[in-house]
Amino acid sequence: MTWVLALILLPLVGALVLCGLRKNDRTALLVALVFAVVEFVLMIPMWATYQPHGARLQQTTTMDWIPAFGIHISFGIDGIALIMIAVITFLVPIVMGALGRADKLPEGRSAAGYLALILVQQALTIAVFAATDVFLFYVLFEIMLIPMYFLIGGYGGANRQYAAVKFFLYSFLGGLIMLASAIGAYALVPGQGTFDWATLVTVVRDAPLSTQIWLFLGFFLAFAIKAPLVPFHTWLPDAAKEAPIGVAILIVGVLDKVGTFGFLRYCLPMFPDASKALAPLVLVLAVIGVLYGSILAAGQQDMKRFVAYVSIAHFGFIALGIFAFTQQATVGAVTYMLNHSLATGMLIMVLGLVIARGGSTRISDYGGMYKVTPLLGGMLLIAGLSTLSLPGTNSFVSEFLVLLGAFETEPTYAILATVGMVLAAAYVLWLYQRIMNGPVRGNALIGAGGGPGTAMAPELGARKTIRDLGGTEMALLVPMVVLIIGLGFYPKPVLDTVGPSVQATLSAVQGGH
Amino acid sequence: MIASSWLLVAFPALGALILLAGGRRTDSWGHLFGCATVIASFVYGLILFFSSNGHAADTTIYSWFPVGNLSVDFGFRIDALSLVFVLLITGVGSLIHVYSIGYMADDPNRRKFFGYLNLFVASMLVLVLGNNFISLYLGWEGVGLASYLLIGWYTDRPSAATAAKKAFLMNRVGDVGLAIAIFLMFKYVGSITYAGVFQNIGHAPPGVITAIAILLLLGACGKSGQFPLQSWLPDAMEGPTPVSALIHAATMVTAGVYLVARSNPIFNETESGRLIVTLVGAVTLLIGCIIGCAYDDIKKVLAYSTVSQIGYMMLAVGLGPFGYALGIMHLLTHGFFKAGLFLGAGSVMHGMNDEVDMRKFGGLYKRMPITFVTFGLGYLALIGFPFLSGYFSKDAIIEAAFGQEGWRGWVFGLAALLGAALTAFYMTRLVLMTFFGKERWKDLRTAEGKEFHPHESPRVMTIPMIILAIGSVGAGAFFSLGDRLSDWLTPSLGELSEAEHSVLPAALIPWLTILLSALGVLIAWLVVGRRDTPVERPQNVSPVVRAARKDLYGNALNEALVATPGMWLTRFSVYLDSRGVDGAVNGLAAALGGGSGRLRRLQTGFVRSYALSMLAGSFVLVAALLMVRFS
Repeated sequence: MTWVLALILLPLVGALVLCGLRKNDRTALLVALVFAVVEFVLMIPMWATYQPHGARLQQTTTMDWIPAFGIHISFGIDGIALIMIAVITFLVPIVMGALGRADKLPEGRSAAGYLALILVQQALTIAVFAATDVFLFYVLFEIMLIPMYFLIGGYGGANRQYAAVKFFLYSFLGGLIMLASAIGAYALVPGQGTFDWATLVTVVRDAPLSTQIWLFLGFFLAFAIKAPLVPFHTWLPDAAKEAPIGVAILIVGVLDKVGTFGFLRYCLPMFPDASKALAPLVLVLAVIGVLYGSILAAGQQDMKRFVAYVSIAHFGFIALGIFAFTQQATVGAVTYMLNHSLATGMLIMVLGLVIARGGSTRISDYGGMYKVTPLLGGMLLIAGLSTLSLPGTNSFVSEFLVLLGAFETEPTYAILATVGMVLAAAYVLWLYQRIMNGPVRGNALIGAGGGPGTAMAPELGARKTIRDLGGTEMALLVPMVVLIIGLGFYPKPVLDTVGPSVQATLSAVQGGH
Repeated sequence: MIASSWLLVAFPALGALILLAGGRRTDSWGHLFGCATVIASFVYGLILFFSSNGHAADTTIYSWFPVGNLSVDFGFRIDALSLVFVLLITGVGSLIHVYSIGYMADDPNRRKFFGYLNLFVASMLVLVLGNNFISLYLGWEGVGLASYLLIGWYTDRPSAATAAKKAFLMNRVGDVGLAIAIFLMFKYVGSITYAGVFQNIGHAPPGVITAIAILLLLGACGKSGQFPLQSWLPDAMEGPTPVSALIHAATMVTAGVYLVARSNPIFNETESGRLIVTLVGAVTLLIGCIIGCAYDDIKKVLAYSTVSQIGYMMLAVGLGPFGYALGIMHLLTHGFFKAGLFLGAGSVMHGMNDEVDMRKFGGLYKRMPITFVTFGLGYLALIGFPFLSGYFSKDAIIEAAFGQEGWRGWVFGLAALLGAALTAFYMTRLVLMTFFGKERWKDLRTAEGKEFHPHESPRVMTIPMIILAIGSVGAGAFFSLGDRLSDWLTPSLGELSEAEHSVLPAALIPWLTILLSALGVLIAWLVVGRRDTPVERPQNVSPVVRAARKDLYGNALNEALVATPGMWLTRFSVYLDSRGVDGAVNGLAAALGGGSGRLRRLQTGFVRSYALSMLAGSFVLVAALLMVRFS
């Protein structure tokens, strides 16, 4: 059994165990956390045994599933999948820890169910990144939607049904179109067909350009919805708004990365000619995403929708990096996938803690919180600085690499995207200012009631104490801070891990016709 | 020796880390620790300085982010230029740290303040020590962060928060220029290190070199408050006064001058690039002077004075080999006297309940003798009083400007000369309004209704002021006699060229400068000193004064060109996204489902329809697979 397989199976076991704990929320949380932490610990030997300069796919396992169609259950990882798996194992314990802090369950729901769904989601997401059979990938891509549908629809905010259906329909339809393309690719294999990724790649890449373009578009659409690129993005703000904080972290931080991961694993190596031919189209969407997402982020009234639009802008950067086809840009894009998870994950978490105190997601309900909660303010600033890619934080390295690398081949798009740097500073600092600066004010927090540590909420008719971050909350945030600053100054381990995989991906594109 | 140069940064960085992460536990000794780290850095800087011959020595500390053929190291360059800056930053930085012990004594968050100051010093040292453009960029944005935090120090003041954000944003606009310049270097020169870029820049197409130069200048304009990005600097005075002295006068805002001087091999290759630098400097120095004449806020006058003096430095480094060293010399002397002036202003505010309106001052020389004397020496140095610092450094720039050929000599020379006269005017006005005349504060009350009781500041504040005053008096002579500074800087900046001819006789220029400055002083005395200053600001003034009071409409222009259109674009986009893009999607869904009610019904019975669609999907799937197989 490989480490990867263990990582897929363990959360499923955890979910089963949780199903027996419907009554006791505290025990459920404890058990779930144990599974999540063990999962994280198991990830470490997976990374340690991965050899960046070794085979294209490592730690592989294969068994037959539907032999008649050459469909296998096969898993394996490259450097890109590795870091995405690593980041989800890192985030899930934090997401669980948010329960009871940033997240409150709706009346009558048990923590066990929620946590079991998260574990299932984790297992399926890891499996999606690890799948090396195209059909298996498709099946997981669709099945992965089910726990998320229940997480949003069952545990979310007021409009959760609408958001869950929208999320599901978008992704599911995208998946179906991808399926059509996958079958098309399968048809190209002579003799006994197969869905094995490594084999399909070598066959499909030689197909004529027109065939490649049609097949490419099928995959691309599914991933562009997932990632999401403008104009396929409108499900994300609704999903992020309605989902619980922890689930929003999973959607924006990890699930969406399946889209950009798909570009790298499927679109580029399988359809190199189509990728090159259609790159200008993708680049235009990417740059529109950067600018449009940033402008919309600045215009949001709601904190969670704000984060969604920030992510749309960041996905624009990632797509730009992938379709500029240079080593720097693509390594930048891959590390962006990791760094965005950390930066945005932390941003959502901190905003969740703000919301838990103020009881409102509207930005204008806040003001002057820094006076009352300086630690929370400092954390929001750190998350914000990583979001605007300040040098010294993790995101700088990736954003700079994307822009520098893209500039080599696509200077116009790179310069347009560089404007996003200014816009990022604008929307982040404006958000910070509205929540933290100025006199204490607003509907959620009115009147400073006696120095740091307390504020009054007169509409409640009593003093409502607004506390600064407590020990548990700090424990959720500090690991992210450490990684954000640590990877800002020493990103080399990650760069070395993904470098050869990126190079292999790019040489597949360059080697096309 | 060189290999351990990372210690220079490590001391203040450690200070920042301990003070900011340590929290309230470090409150009792945090300020002392903060001072100690900077002084340690200064001492270590001195050791390096005396053991160096000024020639560039590069050292790689570690590999930061190497990708493919791009190799970004965290590396330092110790040479004449960086050492001079190290001493300026840690030297003036130490004095201002010590001063802050007294100035911030009543602030409950003093420890955090020292943490931010240490963060600033560490970032600024990275900026000047980096041996490649990306290390510089790290420091460049790091000082921007420290500046943001310190301008917005009084977090509950909306104006402070807005000023901090504005500073960061306008700096980011400049940073985009710097970033694109780096992209261009990598694309056309294949390197981002000083060594690589400077050696091979000549092989790049001339247009690219000029583009790089202009983009670097854009970065410099953002950081140094130069036209057209000058308007954030006066607003930055919202920060505590030691911050204004250290960051917004002596060190950070001069980083743009450093950038141009450091990149001298690039600017040497492009005459048009240099010309634009000079033009920006000349325009800015006049803008700064003119607006400085109209303000009543003591810190804002000093801020516009900084804008204008950095204009002088920019003008100088734009002259290329004729001016690099002169720009740096003025930068250093300015570091002394402007930091001294700001600390003096802080001392006045400290004694006057944080009042900044000079119309409420008057006659303070009796109450604050030490502040008055040190401030006075700084003032004399700034207006170029013979044999004080500014006399040597500013006159040299004016002479070099007149040394240019043709129209340039006239335009730049006269701009610099006019600037000198205006500087003398507004600074004399400031001194007269603050220290002389009637004691106008006697009949006034503070905003809280308290009486003013001006008093001299404690020794922990006055001693740094005295040391800076000594520097204001002697630094110019020390640097320029025997060409000490320009000789020292030769390994970094090349030989300082002397103009062979001048559009005005060279011997005449110092006399002309003194004459015009004296005229400025005289006019100031006639306008301000001779009669009582009204406490209320006169409203019936000439259009020029009205324009100057409105920052020559710089902010209005920003508002009209950027802020307002940006706001409308945002509103339009939000509307478009919710009604247009999302509306189209929902509309389509509704149309397909036969009316919007259908979508809602779909939600309630969703599990069933999900199963149905899965079934249908699977059916299609199997059918498709069969077809493929047998076709």
